[in-house]
Formats: sequence, structure tokens, C-alpha cells
Amino acid sequence: MDARITLRVDGRDRSLTVDTRTTLLDALRDHLSVTSPKKGCDHGQCGSCTVLLDGRRVVSCLTFAVAHDGADVTTAEGLVQEGEPHPVQRAFLEEDGFQCGFCTPGQICSAVGMLEEVKAGHPSRVTDDLTGPVTLDDEEIRERLSGNLCRCGAYVNIVAALREEADS
Amino acid sequence: MTAEETAEETAEETAQVSAQGRAVGTPSPRVDGRAKVTGSAAYAYDRPVDDPVYAHPLQATIARGRVIAIDTVAAAGVDGVLAVVTHRDAARLADTEDAELSVLQSDAVAFRGQFIGVVLGETPEIARYAAGLVRVEYEEEPHDTELRADRTDLYRPERVNEGFATDTDEGDVDAAMEAAAVTVDQIYTTPMEHNNPMEPHTTVAVWDPGGGFLGDARLSLFDSTQSVHAVRSTLARVFGLRPDQVRVMSPYVGGGFGSKGMPHAHNVLAVLGARAVPGRPVKLALTRHQMFSLAGHRTPTIQRVRLGADEGGRLTAVAHEAVEHTSRIKEYAEQTAAGTRMMYAAPNRRTAHRLAALDVPVPSWMRAPGEAPGFFGLEVAMDELAVACGLDPVELRVRNEPEVDPESGRPWSGRHLVRCLREGAVRFGWEGRPAVPGTRREGRELVGLGVASSTYPYYRIPGSRAVVAYDGRGRYTVRIGAADIGTGAWTVLTQIAADALGCPLGAVSVEIGDSDLPRATVAGGSSGTASWGSTIVAACRAFRHAYGEDPPRGAEAGGEMPRDPDAKRFSMHSFGAQFAEVRVDADTGEIRVPRMLGVFSVGRVINPRTARSQFIGGMTMGLSMALHERSVLDHRTGHVINHDFAEYHIATSADVMDVDAVWLDEEDVHAGPLGARGIGEIGIVGAPAAIANAVHNATGIRVRDLPITPDLLLH
Ligand code: FES
Ligand code: FES
Repeated sequence: MDARITLRVDGRDRSLTVDTRTTLLDALRDHLSVTSPKKGCDHGQCGSCTVLLDGRRVVSCLTFAVAHDGADVTTAEGLVQEGEPHPVQRAFLEEDGFQCGFCTPGQICSAVGMLEEVKAGHPSRVTDDLTGPVTLDDEEIRERLSGNLCRCGAYVNIVAALREEADS
Repeated sequence: MTAEETAEETAEETAQVSAQGRAVGTPSPRVDGRAKVTGSAAYAYDRPVDDPVYAHPLQATIARGRVIAIDTVAAAGVDGVLAVVTHRDAARLADTEDAELSVLQSDAVAFRGQFIGVVLGETPEIARYAAGLVRVEYEEEPHDTELRADRTDLYRPERVNEGFATDTDEGDVDAAMEAAAVTVDQIYTTPMEHNNPMEPHTTVAVWDPGGGFLGDARLSLFDSTQSVHAVRSTLARVFGLRPDQVRVMSPYVGGGFGSKGMPHAHNVLAVLGARAVPGRPVKLALTRHQMFSLAGHRTPTIQRVRLGADEGGRLTAVAHEAVEHTSRIKEYAEQTAAGTRMMYAAPNRRTAHRLAALDVPVPSWMRAPGEAPGFFGLEVAMDELAVACGLDPVELRVRNEPEVDPESGRPWSGRHLVRCLREGAVRFGWEGRPAVPGTRREGRELVGLGVASSTYPYYRIPGSRAVVAYDGRGRYTVRIGAADIGTGAWTVLTQIAADALGCPLGAVSVEIGDSDLPRATVAGGSSGTASWGSTIVAACRAFRHAYGEDPPRGAEAGGEMPRDPDAKRFSMHSFGAQFAEVRVDADTGEIRVPRMLGVFSVGRVINPRTARSQFIGGMTMGLSMALHERSVLDHRTGHVINHDFAEYHIATSADVMDVDAVWLDEEDVHAGPLGARGIGEIGIVGAPAAIANAVHNATGIRVRDLPITPDLLLH
């Protein structure tokens, strides 16, 4: 069965017809040629496909496109503003927070979403005070980014990149 | 204007590049960095193509037998299905010698998960749904997937991977063990492991049948590979084409760690699919599940290590015997004990490899094949020997440092293991290590430190060629069909070319990842920088030789990799010392690794930024190997049951705390014009042993089987 939907992707309205079995990830990649979200597992286990869906990070392989008619999707590519990489992207460059780069767009979207969660005071498993503001120390960063696997093992540099962000 | 200058073996051309080069040695940011962080880097599947067709493979659900019936009628009838290809109708291959690549050529099933067909559909959903409608009947034969050291059918392969001798024997190990004051004789095991690069193996294939007057067929692929030229030559052979009829493009590769070092069955399956829908690009991306049967893996190993020493810890005997598996259809013999041959001085030494040919998927290269599993056995055994002798494990290694390579008798080109050990001991605070295992407790945690040595051979593989062209306005393009699988090669080659041409970094663009570029060897064996880099140096020198400093626009010159006369005269290896701290929860057995440090000796480091990432990336994979990774073969079905990231655990950021690497400031004057040995693999070597040794220091419990899981640490 097909359905007609509209998505706002990286600031542009895109209308498309999708099979109701099509995931949000495949809609982006196969239908709209938006390929910065990657498919590392298709099962919600690696985080490569992470995008910001109405501002919150989601693994786009684990949700159907048809369920998101009218939604706003930001991918790593959409984080670039007027040719300028997002501060998190710049920090990844600065700290060499990647190697092959395949997990990277997902890591970056996840990090951007995570920083917002911290700002909003969402606690994580390692937060001591569940009611107060969150201090983004290394342990918090590591915990909150553990849904994004990196087989190249760039974690130490990713945490360094976000430490910079947390400090600024 | 072009001038083809093949580099000659002159002193000038094999001379080392000047250490005062402006780019080499600086931490240049990655040339592909921006594309990667913004997501515009297009990996194989991402390349825009017109009118794609989606392939969904069919896989055998038995481990051994034959397909006796395959009903594709329902699948073929699904709206949007273009073809269902099985062994009954697949094109016949021109060369079926490599059984792994002999796809859909018969009804035989040799391992569970083997390809038995492919469905081609207008959308991925259609292809996948239709694949589920195919009904297969098998004639099942008994299979056997269980590796045991007491199997009676173990055999001695002719050689092991990289062409090493299968066995070596010097002196009399048995007599020396008998006579030794102190001995260690233990069995160590490492499990089946899977490379799991984050980008699944992907091929997009277009078959253009050609025709007309002299119209040749053409095959084009976007592929995720560590070697476009290996894919081209292999597929040309398999399909009976000339190499120039095949083009393979692969500028961005989402990791490989060996599994993309050679083409696998999916490459052939994609082309068979493409031949069924000529002119249309067929997209085949393996699923994560499929990668556990079709993209290579590291064999499990059972290693017996015997060490004999005098009271002072000086080794008199070293024996390392490994039992491993291979697939019944294709032999791959991991060189697990090869590194032991050159590691420590001992008059009596023996190594051996024995294989069981089983009904398992085809094993292959995985980061540091041989050394990665082998140095778990050897370096844990060394720790056991240190305990038995009452010696500090650093001191034990220092005492057994060989003057020359014990195996070949050749001098070292640069063996600085002792410096790495001593430097690391100081930096890591080794003197604070608990002298008696299991005695430091902080709150609920038992704390310990461990050390292990690392090594990896220097490989420089001949056969590459590079071409330099002057584009005018001070700009140069260097072309070589190399691969950057995350190593930083693209950046490093740009630095090397800039210095060799004597121009600023920004004046040089390097083109890689296309088989239409001059041929290049594989991104494997930590050989890329040395092999391609020295080739580029030769091409740049040939260019300057032909055109001087003021070339005309369009000037072009090429060079081949210079010969490496020192490689036969010296024993050339990278070395390292790895240190780890572990904390074990006394109640739950949970293991944390708060600190790891590697000190490496690798010759000259071309780019400290990307080099450090390679080292700590390898060490992180070593941590993962130590604590998490194990592919579980269910012997009843021949199936890897934990075939996804939910159950095949790899380290994630919560597991990885402080991992750091430093290196000695040096160059290896015998290592070609760059003075650089390999760095991509050594980081994983020794890391699991350092962690296991730290676990022993923390708990007093000796774990000899990877991975080290909490249950092993609970009494
Ligand atoms: S592809 Fe979505 S989580 Fe792995
Ligand atoms: S950079 Fe390669 S998987 Fe993360």
C-alpha cells in the first residue's frame, strides 16, 4: 500500500509517495536521496541513522515514514547553515572524532539532540540528582552517546569534541 | 604533453624524503573531514544512480547439503519483481576456482547462510517481501562446525596467511621444558569474531551488455572495498572479462578492518543480478545479519603456549601451537603463532598451526590477523611466567629482548620495544602496581594494572603506480587507485606528495578509490602509507626530473613503487607496549577499564593526528575483543546466533574511558623513502592481553579464554 506524505527535510518541503512499509531512513535515502543518515544495522542497534525528528534524536530505521506526515527532519547535512558547519561538526573536525566517517552523521545528530536534552534538564542513568540541572561531564557524555556505535573506535575523540561543546 | 618516467633504482630515488618537509610530520586535518562530518561523503550505496533495482539475497537455512527444489513462482509473481535468480538460471561463471566466489553455480550448500538466490525488485520492500515467498527444499547432510583441539581430522596447511611457514622447530623444546627451572604450559582460546565495519558490504553493479560492432560488455561498480583493483581483477576473471571492461569506484569506505580487503560472494551475486536486468544499476547492501555469514570472520583459536625459563626469567624454550578452523570450501589459515617466532630470545623454539575444515562460512582477514589472537596467548603466558618467577612483567620482557631476530638471524631495522616498555611504565605509573594480585581494593572495586607487548610486521607491497600531473596555476593532481577506509591515507598521501613536489599542501589534490586510476595495492597489512607513499614519492621525483620546477601545464609523469633492498637484509617490525588499568566490581564481576596507554615504535609518523586515531582506534577494538566480542556458533544449526549488534557486542562510548597513545620520535632509515612502518593494526595487538593481565593483577583470577566476562570473575 502506498501513501502520500510531506516531510520537511533540512529546511525543504518534500512530498513523496511511500510504501507503508518504508522506514523513515529508507524514505530519506532511497526516495529523497538524502544520504547523510546511514544504514548500519536497520534494527535500531547502531545509531548510524540518527536524525532529529521535530528536534528530538531518533533512529530513523526504526520508524515508518508514513507515521511522520508533516514532520520536520534534520540530518547532519541540514545542520550546516549558510555553508558553515555546526559547532558540533567543527568540534568533530578539530578533535578528529571520526575515521571512516560512516557513523559520523549519526553521531553528530545524536550529539546535537543530546545537548538539547541536557539543556532541558533530562537526567540519564548516570545523573546523581534527578531534579537539578545536569552537568555534562565525560561520564554523562559517554553514557548519553552509547547508542551510537563507532567501529573505528573514535569514542575518545568524540567525547573530547563534546567536552569542548559542554565547556562553551 | 606527457612523459612516462618509470623510476629507476638510483640512490636518489630510494633516498629518504627530507625530514624538513613542510607537511610530513604535521597534524594536518583530514582532506575528507568536512565531507564526512556534514554527511555529504557518498559511500557506495549513496552514489546517485538512475532507475535503480534493489537486490535481496536468498540464503541457505541448512549448513550442508543440496537444494533439491526451489519454488520462485509466487515471488516472481509479485508486482514489481523483475527477476528471481537461482542456481538454475544464473549466468555461468568463467572461473569457479575460488569456491567462495562460485556463487549460484550448483545446488550445493556448504555453510548456513550461503547465497542460494537473489530477488530483484523495483523497491527494497518489494524485493524483501518477495524473498520471503520463495520456498526451498533441501536434502540435508550432517554438518560439523565445532572446533576442538582433540579432533582427529586436524590437518597441517601447506602455508599460513601471508605465506608464512606453517611450522617451525629449532633446538629441542621438549628437552628444554623438561630441564627448565620455571615453566608455563597453558591453553588459551579466542572466539570466532566478526569484523563488523560500520558500513555493511555494499555493491551497486551495472551490466552493460554492449553489442554492435566491437561493442564490448562493460561492468561498472560502486563498491565498498579496500582495493578497487583487486575487485576489478577478480571480477574480470570470474566473469571472463578483460580488466579494462570493468570499472570499480570506491572513494569513501565505511571501515573494513580486513573484511573488505578482497571481494566476497556478494560482489558476484550483485553482478549476477545486474546481468539479469542489463543497463539498470542493481543495489545490493548486505544486512548486518547477512554479514555474519558472508563477509569473512576471524577463526576461533585454541592455543597451547609453553614457556621454559631459568630462575632469572630468561627463556630457554618457547612453543606456540595453534588450532583453528577454516571452511570446507576454501582454506584460510590464520598465522596465529607467526609473531611468536621473532618476539623473544630463546634457544629452543617451536610454532605450529593445525586446521579443522568445517561447514562454516569462509574465514578471512580481520585486523592484525595472526598477531591479534596470537598475542593474547603469548603475552598472557609471559605474564604467568613473570608471576612464576616473581619478576615484574616489564622486567621479564626486558630480560628476553633478542639482539637480532631469533627466527631469521637478521638485524633489526629498529627494535625499540624496551624503550616503549620503559617509557610506558613511567607515564602509566607502573611502579604503583599492586605487587600481590588481588590486594588493592577501593570501595567495591578491585584494582589492577597489566602490560603486554605488541608487534606487527612491516609490509610494503610492490605493484602500485602513481601519476603526477600539473594542472597549471601552481596546482598538481596525483592519481593512484588507493583506498582510505578511515585510516587517513587520503590526507597522508597528500602530505607526502606536497613534500615530494616541494609545494604547499593546498596545491595538491590526490585522487583515489577508482580502478581507472593507476593500479594500487590493497589497504591492508598496515602497508598503505609505505607502499603508496613511496610510489608517490617516486612519481613526484620522476616528474621533477623530467620537468624541473617550472613544468608546462598538462605535464605528467608516473612512477612505480621502488624496490626495497633493505627488506631482505633487516628484520622489520613495528613494536609497542600496552598498559591497562582495570577495576573489577567485587560483587558483580563487572569489569571497567579506566585507563589504557600504548607506547609505539613505528618509524616516522607522517600525521600525528590521524596516527593517534589509528592507534587508539585499534586499542579500542582490542578492549572490545578483550571484554565483549564473541560470535556464538550454534553447532546444531551451524548458525551464528548472535548475529547483530544487540547480541554481538562491540565497545561503545560508555565502555571506553581514557585510551591514549604516544610514540617514539624516530624514523626507520631502512623503511623506504618515508622511514615509516605500519600503524593501522598494531593497536589491537596485545591490548586484550594487557587487560587480561590487569584483571589477574586486580583479582588474582587468571582468565585464559576471551572474552573476559563478569561470570568468570565471580567465585
Ligand atoms: S541503522 Fe538505525 S540504528 Fe542502526
Ligand atoms: S568513524 Fe568509522 S565507524 Fe565511526
